Amino acid sequence: MSGKVILQARDLDIRFGGVVAASDINIDLIEHQNLAIIGPNGAGKTTFLNLCTGYLKPHAGRIIFNGEDITGIAPRRLVRKGVARAFQIPQLFTEHTVMENLLIAAAAQARQWAPFTRLDRIGARAEMEHLLELMKCGHLATLPVSALPEGQRKLIDIAVALALKPRLLFMDEPTSGVASAEKFELLDIIAGALAEARVTAVFVEHDMGIVDRFADEVAVWNRGKVLFRGPPGDVLKHPDVIRDVIGEEL
Amino acid sequence: MNAQLVALAVFDGISYAALVFLVAVGLTLVFGVLRVLNVAHGSFYALGAYATASVGGAIFAAGYAPWLAFPLMLLAAVLIGVLVGGPIEKFLLGRIYELEDVLQILVTFAVFMILEDVQRLIWGGQPFFEATALNQLGTVTVFGITYTVYQLIFLPVVAIVVLIGLRLGLRRTLTGRLITAVTEDREAAVTIGIDVERIYLITFIIGASLAAFGGALASATTSVVPGMGADMIVLSFAVVATAGLGQIEGAAVTALLIGLGRSFAVYLWPELEVLIPYIIMFGVLLVRPSGLFGTVQARKI
Amino acid sequence: MTTRAQILRVLPYALLLALALVPQVYPAAQVLLTLALAKSLAVLGVIVLLQAGQVSFGHALFFAIAAYAAAFLGNSMGGGEIVLSLVLGTVCSAAVALVVGVFIVRYRHIFFGMLNLALSMIFFSFLEKFYHVTGGSDGLSVARPRVLGMALERGPFELVLFYGTLGLVIGALVLTHRFLSSPVGQMMRAIKTNEVRLEYLGVSARNVLLAGYVLSAALCGLGGVLMSTAQGIVTPEYAWWVRSGEFVFIAILGGAGSVGGAVVGTLAYEAVKTYAAAFAADIWQMILGVVLLVVILFAPNGLIGLFRSWTRRIGSAPERTGDRAGDRVGAGE
Repeated sequence: MSGKVILQARDLDIRFGGVVAASDINIDLIEHQNLAIIGPNGAGKTTFLNLCTGYLKPHAGRIIFNGEDITGIAPRRLVRKGVARAFQIPQLFTEHTVMENLLIAAAAQARQWAPFTRLDRIGARAEMEHLLELMKCGHLATLPVSALPEGQRKLIDIAVALALKPRLLFMDEPTSGVASAEKFELLDIIAGALAEARVTAVFVEHDMGIVDRFADEVAVWNRGKVLFRGPPGDVLKHPDVIRDVIGEEL
Repeated sequence: MNAQLVALAVFDGISYAALVFLVAVGLTLVFGVLRVLNVAHGSFYALGAYATASVGGAIFAAGYAPWLAFPLMLLAAVLIGVLVGGPIEKFLLGRIYELEDVLQILVTFAVFMILEDVQRLIWGGQPFFEATALNQLGTVTVFGITYTVYQLIFLPVVAIVVLIGLRLGLRRTLTGRLITAVTEDREAAVTIGIDVERIYLITFIIGASLAAFGGALASATTSVVPGMGADMIVLSFAVVATAGLGQIEGAAVTALLIGLGRSFAVYLWPELEVLIPYIIMFGVLLVRPSGLFGTVQARKI
Repeated sequence: MTTRAQILRVLPYALLLALALVPQVYPAAQVLLTLALAKSLAVLGVIVLLQAGQVSFGHALFFAIAAYAAAFLGNSMGGGEIVLSLVLGTVCSAAVALVVGVFIVRYRHIFFGMLNLALSMIFFSFLEKFYHVTGGSDGLSVARPRVLGMALERGPFELVLFYGTLGLVIGALVLTHRFLSSPVGQMMRAIKTNEVRLEYLGVSARNVLLAGYVLSAALCGLGGVLMSTAQGIVTPEYAWWVRSGEFVFIAILGGAGSVGGAVVGTLAYEAVKTYAAAFAADIWQMILGVVLLVVILFAPNGLIGLFRSWTRRIGSAPERTGDRAGDRVGAGE
């Protein structure tokens, strides 16, 4: 592996009641290496995202982002350091339009409260229009989010995260809830936008075809532990992975 | 403050706490299941008090036996729970579970406004006082203080019986287990075929009956006046919030805490009497935002 | 341009013009209108919080704080100065809101509503109990203040107060509308739908709500000073929960989706109350409760919403979604 380490997880532990959701997790994320996280349901994949983005605080262990200890820091502060997140269930402002969602994100990123400027007149508007075009969602700008189908909401959710200009983006199952035929197209769009924004992505994914094509590296999760990590070509062919993870997906 | 005053304050506090607990536990039970904090809950308390005091006054004046005061309280509580609480849940709250939180709150607030005037229309603005039940049980002398048996022994015993009864009922009976299941995971309960609407209705009737029962019991010790429902809803909210939403045993402990705090204030600093519950509530919430016994629930994302 | 768009554009101005002409055309209603307009400011404050999906059952607290502060100031200065009273009262309410708000904005929904109620009840009993300071349940009388240094007779003073109040209401509507359309205002409305995302945008939902809370308290305070000046007295009833409930009721009646709902709702409410309450004093709360239920269940956007859907029906062209953003908070302009 080469490249700069952007995030280090060290000895992370967390349990809920008797369930071990993370146990002794040690992993380094490399800048500009997109990492796919795979594993059976309940393996602790979302928990890892929750830990890295500050939604949960580990019972033990540390998380270092860009050389700084960020363990237990609230999502709000973490975002300002350059860590963004897209969700398995899109988290959007459902009473606002698509463009308004992006503009709120842009205003948040610029820390611009501007109590007497109209939201749609803030400087970032052109930039947000460009971002929407990049996500192939330009035609949705004036629609209320509540009117969008799930797949488009997922794109907007990612666009909102990208509006924050993060260095590192966590995505929880970006293609779930999308018909298989459209998954590749969806990820093509996302990958294009990520590349242009020069964002490092970590994404949880169940579709091995997607993983194979879009990930630079794969990490396999099971029972709160990282079992394997390596290039997709190697990891996806490992017999244990095929038996425990891929077999279950089929 | 000498020992006798301390004892007096403790007795006052305990008997008051027993009444507050009955109302607050109904509020917290209903919230646990329906996820609606019913602003009209205090109205059931007032209705229970009015019904007991007015009917009691009439039948005792007509020469009926004074011991009837006790079954009358129970009857009034159940009737109000079923006849007033039931339709409110069935025809009104049942329609609003899908609405935004703020609108649900406003609907129960509207019901509260309506019930306030219903009381005024039926019973007018005059206070009622009907102490037959209180007089029936006589007095007892403890630590040199003569106190009514009704307040010192009967009310706390009733509160404890209700507490144990609720806990056992929720654990041991089928309906109780269904209620617990709905409280813990509404969606899962629907999936396994529990008739959630029926559970809501039953829970609401139980909660409303408990409030009305609290009012019925209170009517023997205090004048029944307009506005008592408004005072009680805020007070029982203070208990429920201090304890932590949905906490049944916690509500008992907190009711005692607030009851004692209030009765000591009566002797030490009377101006603060009404404020004590809120001071306790704000104090607790500053340190523990989810209440003394409450837990923070993270939303699944 | 469609008929509907024209009506919607012209109507607010027509309404304001009609209001401005009341002292000339129907002087008997002038004082009543002053009181109604003062109250509409408090309702506007409640509407600000409703944008964030929060309802306060205790906003009369800020109404009363400002009114008492102004009364103390005026009485200590032998009448005082109206401009000073307005500024001081409003600042007092905003300052208290800033302090208690730090605590209150940690809570949502029923907690938010009830904690506000508890605060207002504490203040209410303070006003009643500490009568040597507050005048107890009799309250304090408010001497007629000077206006920019001029001592006015009753008639001219009331006229000045009417136009002053009308001007302040218009100013408050414009200001609040702009605030709600701005990034921070929109973030506040985002609290209603998704606080998790807001936090994941790096925004403190609490700070945003606190900004709205202080604004709403300041609006209530402004209304409180105007009301007590117009009435010449301030009583603990200013802080009573029934008054808080009335603010909430009017906000929903008028339509919480737009700042104009505050004025429309208050005028409608006061008109009906003036003529109907005499016949229905015993069941007034009941009527309010029933109307509230009907509005929530069948006309959730209030009078403003009803008016909009009426103009939509008579409008010549079907509506596009293009003016949505303006539609929701736009009626004040």
